[in-house]
Amino acid sequence: MIKVQKQRINVSEQNRNLLKKRIGAVVNFIGVARPLNNSGKIKYIEIEHYPKMTEKKIKEIEIFAIKKWKLNHCIIIHRYGKIKPGENIVYVGTAAQHRNNAFKACEFIIDYLKVKAPFWKIEQQNNKKTYVKSKKKDEKKIKVNY
Amino acid sequence: MKIVYFSWLKEILGISEENVRPPKNIKNIKDLIKWLGTKSIKHRKVFLKSKNIRCSVNHQIVDKNNKIKNNDEIAFFPPFTGG
Repeated sequence: MIKVQKQRINVSEQNRNLLKKRIGAVVNFIGVARPLNNSGKIKYIEIEHYPKMTEKKIKEIEIFAIKKWKLNHCIIIHRYGKIKPGENIVYVGTAAQHRNNAFKACEFIIDYLKVKAPFWKIEQQNNKKTYVKSKKKDEKKIKVNY
Repeated sequence: MKIVYFSWLKEILGISEENVRPPKNIKNIKDLIKWLGTKSIKHRKVFLKSKNIRCSVNHQIVDKNNKIKNNDEIAFFPPFTGG
């Protein structure tokens, strides 16, 4: 199940959805907006995306992960718009028969989302707006691991 | 041809999309970048940094040798920073 939404993610509800599957292992990852960057306090972040492309790319990632790690269920939710420090940005939940697959799939999905899904972040400070730059180590991790 | 811009490209250009009719000798993304860079000072500023720009054609990520057609939707953007 994938969703791209403006509102906060109800983490408990999504965890319940995974637990309903009554399967051996449930893993989740929650990305949270940071309160600080290198130059100080962040007022909020703003996430932009390419609506016609976003769900398509996330779906590709989901299909790949379900097949490779034999997932029984997978939930990927990514937010866009203004997000305050401490609020969740992204939720990835995986359910599989064994923990190893659930962990690996969850890590793969978030790694892939970072470099393959069309989202862009801006960090807004009091008098400064910064376009967040992609990290080479994220791209490298994908090439090395998958 | 519809061109769509995101992130800092959109901010510098002051537009999120535009419809263009490139000349017939513009066959691929590389040609298009060169041609778009001549449209205005703002376009030049954006496309001078084209090494940092990624693109998609009809919502598929492509490289700069990818051929283009008149009815394509072409997007230009920096590397993704979601998650």
